[in-house]
Formats: sequence, structure tokens, C-alpha cells
Amino acid sequence: MHTNVQQWDADLALARIRELEHLPGALLPVLHALQAQFGYIDGAAIPLVADVLNISVAEVHGVIGFYHDFRQRPPGRHVLRVCRAEACQAMGCEALIRHIERRVGAKVGETSADRSVTMEAVYCLGNCALSPALMLDGKLYGRVSAATADVLLDDTQRPS
Amino acid sequence: MTGRIYVPGDAAAVSVGADAVARAVADQIRSRQMTEAVVRNGSRGLFWLEPMVEVETERGRVAYGPVTVEAVPGLFDAGFLEGKAHALCLGLTEEIPYLKRQQRLTFARCGVTDPLSISDYVSHGGYRGLHRALTMTREAVVEEVVNSGLRGRGGAGFPTGIKWRTVLNAAGQEKYVVCNADEGDSGTYADRMIMEGDPFVLIEGMTIAGLAVGATRGYVYLRSEYLHALQVLQKAIAIGYSEGYLGKSVAGSGKIFDLEVRLGAGSYICGEETALLESLEGRRGQVRFKPPLPAIEGLFAKPTAVNNVISLATVPIILDKGAHFYRDFGMGRSRGTLTVQLAGNIRYGGLVETAFGMTLREAIYGFGGGTASGRPLRAVQVGGPLGAYFPESLLDTPLDYEAFAERKGLLGHGGVVVFDDSVDLARQARFAMEFCAIESCGKCTPCRIGSTRGVEVMDRIIANQARDKNLHLIEDLCELMQDGSLCALGALTPIPVLSALQHFPEDFHR
Repeated sequence: MHTNVQQWDADLALARIRELEHLPGALLPVLHALQAQFGYIDGAAIPLVADVLNISVAEVHGVIGFYHDFRQRPPGRHVLRVCRAEACQAMGCEALIRHIERRVGAKVGETSADRSVTMEAVYCLGNCALSPALMLDGKLYGRVSAATADVLLDDTQRPS
Repeated sequence: MTGRIYVPGDAAAVSVGADAVARAVADQIRSRQMTEAVVRNGSRGLFWLEPMVEVETERGRVAYGPVTVEAVPGLFDAGFLEGKAHALCLGLTEEIPYLKRQQRLTFARCGVTDPLSISDYVSHGGYRGLHRALTMTREAVVEEVVNSGLRGRGGAGFPTGIKWRTVLNAAGQEKYVVCNADEGDSGTYADRMIMEGDPFVLIEGMTIAGLAVGATRGYVYLRSEYLHALQVLQKAIAIGYSEGYLGKSVAGSGKIFDLEVRLGAGSYICGEETALLESLEGRRGQVRFKPPLPAIEGLFAKPTAVNNVISLATVPIILDKGAHFYRDFGMGRSRGTLTVQLAGNIRYGGLVETAFGMTLREAIYGFGGGTASGRPLRAVQVGGPLGAYFPESLLDTPLDYEAFAERKGLLGHGGVVVFDDSVDLARQARFAMEFCAIESCGKCTPCRIGSTRGVEVMDRIIANQARDKNLHLIEDLCELMQDGSLCALGALTPIPVLSALQHFPEDFHR
């Protein structure tokens, strides 16, 4: 299972926001905390964040939209981040990604129909001497072949 | 005496099974009723040998690798704890040619010590630089860094000491030190390695920076892809506080220095220092106009020293051994050592720290052993996604800021990505534009619109639609982006595109 994400809950969200509101430049830490709690940032969180941090709703919206990390929809049970940057390209990441997309039945940026896996592109995981690299639920893998990807994907199909 | 067994806890080593190997080693120790301790060190940076396990022997540390879980019982049977022979034995670690031929100054402890042991850190020369800095005036500390010739290792190569001098001389009570740990260039991992393998050297460097410029608070802006480094840094900072090296009285000096890690959120442009500051303040990572320089008006509009991880991690040895010691390494105006990171299609990928001036050829063949695929090398991209694609004929270029600039390339953060002959440089040029389009902050038009138009023009060239006209157009667009963009992302994206066109024209005429 990805993490201990919970269903959207406004009270819980407010508690997470209040824990961090004292920080200078608190918006990114707050958004990270919300995503860690719920797996994404629910639209209903935006006015809460804006209210507590005393900034405009537009500003919160703008920040969520700017950063690739922040999701505005719940992800699948597992998040698979595939590296598409140059070092991984040099080691055939695009062919690996096509293989994974076929296996998962979803493209990069999509969630599989059974909601088991969300695939996301990432531009460098800092594992460039062991390319191609990917990250499954926050865990890094290097020198990934189609066969090792299959083993990882099999694990995502097990009930958790 | 109880020996130590080292199994790297570095994220790259873990990505190829180091955690499972560490568990298998611990299981063997238990079942054989032995008393050896397993230490999760950083990586030595010899990644094709990871997981590389080391044991302490009377002769010194002996390495074995790459170790699999299945091989662990056999290693114990063969007597690897005494450094005995085994098919995976690599001999004395320090004698491995890849390591022996390096000059590790910044990475002197990485892979050697327990990253979270402050006593290990101190017994290997740690905090000597800080203690010396505490006996000096602020001005003297800054001048020591100026005289060392240290230039920013993030990519721009701006002299670190000059930046510090500007912050020191800027008016204001409140100042900041910000560590740029948004290591987004593909092919680079030196920042990650040092943060995971020797976090106290970064903490010490930032503390010295704080003392020198008069800042009492520092932030590490860490990219969110580096979750493993985040955990190590947070633990190290907590230890730094509990051991009195951070907080209200740094090493008993009465001087304050607080340190905090902040996570980015997956944005390449936030590696640009002003976008980074915007992000730290809780906004979209949009580039600021300069001037004012961040050294005058930076984080929360206060004077701020923004330095790369490797720059800051190099400061302790400069303060410890003196500016002259450091300046004696290198060539021309590139002083000290460069941490080259061999990546992509390379047989022996890893970290090579040597004095500036080694040729690209020596790095790729002398250390890297050529391509991983065994096919001929065709192109090398140095300096990340904004770096030039060089052909074989430019491999004798020395690794030096000026030498790369002369050949219309850039050294950047020292990443070297090797491609074999299956690469299509027209596709790579298209990717450079696509990456710029994905990561553009959107503030200036040449970058925001130019990159999208660049992808479209490259698509037409690849599809052979009005090719000559579109080749002319892409060069024209590159010139506009170079001249008109607000920051390096838009201004340097033309470098990979134009270098691909210049050195590999055949790929644009298929």
C-alpha cells in the first residue's frame, strides 16, 4: 500500500494546516502535509489553507498548479514514478516505459482502470549511474529491466 | 575486538538491493553468534559494484561487490570478515584504482564513516574547519573562501567567497544562508551522495557560512525526489542540535545558528536561485528579476547567501587546511576539485573527484570504461539538460569551466551523460525544448512560448516538412531564447539544441 492515506476529512485537514501555519513561508510544507495525509489535495482544502495562512484562494490554486508534485485527484493504491531524463534515456527508459504502460494498462500521467497504479513522469531521481531508474511508493529502484519491473508490478496486484 | 561491516545505506546502493544485503549480513552474524556491527555507510561512488560491502581487517578495509543476498552465506564461509579471498573480493578498498586515482577532498569521508555518527565525523577531521573559523573574524573567514578560488558548484561557477562578501557587507540585522539542494540535472547525484553519506560536512559548511556572513538561520531547500536524503539530513540536524553544534551556542561559542530542511515539490526551475527563494517563501517558483541580487535582497527580502550543496560541503576543508591547500588543485581559473558524475550509458558509472583539468576522455574511458552497452560512444552531454552534446572529437576537452565555455558547452554541476550510437540527436534536441516547456516558470515569453514553438519546429524537422526552412527557424528561435530569456533555463536550452545541430547534422537530415 502506498502510505497510510486517509479519506478527505476537513477537520483533519484543518489540524494539519494549523500544525504548520507558524512557519515562515508555510504554504509548501502545508501542501506537502495535506498530500501525505490524503494522497492528493482536495479542492475543499484550498479555502481552508487560504483562510489560515491569510492568502488568497487564487494564490493557493496557483501554487498547487505550478508544482508537478501536487495532485488534485486521488491517486491509485500505488504510485509509480518513472524517470524520463537524459541519463535514463541513454539506457532505454522509453522502451521500458512502453512495456510498463502495456502491463499496467495506463499511460504515464494516468491511473489504471482497477486503480492499483498511478504512473507519473519524473525528471531525474539522482540514480543516474544505475539507469534506468524508477520509484514505487517512494522506494527507489535502479538498473530496472522489463523483468524486474514485472516483479514490482506483480506486487502491486496483491491485496494489501 | 569487534569489527565493523559496512553495507551502504545510500539510496542508489539501496536501489539495487543494499537493504536486503544488510539484513542478510545481520542474519548471518546472529546465526553464527558473532558480535560484528553492521554500519550503514554512504556510498564510495563505485556504483557498478553496489551493493559494495566492506570489512575492517588488520590490513585495512577490504571490499566485496557487487554483493547479492544469495552470496552472503558464502562470503561468511570464505572468511570475508578476515578479508579472505572470494570471487567478489575487490581487495583493499583504498587500492581500488578507480578510487586510488582520485583526489577526494569534499568527499573524503563519504562512504568511509557512519553518516550519523558525530564522533566518527570528528575523528575523521570533522568540525576542525568550524573550530578554526570560530577563532577568526567574519571578514577573515570570507577572505579565506575568496582566496581558495572556490566557485559555485551548482553550475554557474560564480566565486563563492565574493558572494559571501556581498552578503557580509549588505546592511541589515537579519540574514540567511540557503543551501540549494535542488539537484535537478539529469546525470548528477553528487549532492545526494554527500547529503546521505556525510551530512555533517554540509551542516558544518552552512554553519561556517552563517558565521561568516552574519546569518543565524539556514535553510536546506531539498528536492522532493530525494526522500532518502531528507531522512538522513533530518536525523543529522537533530543530532547536531543535541550535540551542541547547532542552536543557541554553536560549539559553545555563544553564536546562534539554526538549520531547517524544506522540501521542493518537483520543479526543475526551483534550482534557479531566485525561483528557489520564491518557493521557500511559499509561492510559485517564478524567477525574479535581478537586480536586486539575492545577496542584497534574498529570502524574505533579507541579504541571503544561496550556495550549492557541494560548494558548502567544500568550505570545511578550506577552513581546516587553508585557502592555499585548496587552491593548489586545479587549472586556470578553476581551482580545487571537481566532482564528476559518470552517468547514462557508461560501464563504470560513479563519482570521480579530481582536480580540474582531467579530460573528458580520461573521465569516460580512463574511469568509466566506455559504454555500458559495449556499442560505440556517439554523444556526451555534460552539465545537465542545458549542457551541450559533444561528439567523440571533443572528448579531449579538459574539465574546466572556461574550456567548456570556449567550445559552447558548460560544465554545470559536473554530470556526464554518455550515449551510444543508438542515440538520435534530433530527438534529443526535441527533448531539450520539451523539457524547457515542461519546466518553464512562465514568467518570460521567450522561454514559455519559445520552448513550445521549439518542440513544434523540431517535430516538423523530424517529419521532414519544409526542412531547410524549419532548420533556419530553429536557429533563429534559439538565438531569440538565448538573448531574450530572463534566466538560464530559457537562455541555455538552445545549447543542447544547437550543439546537436552543429555536431550531428546528419541526424537532422534523415
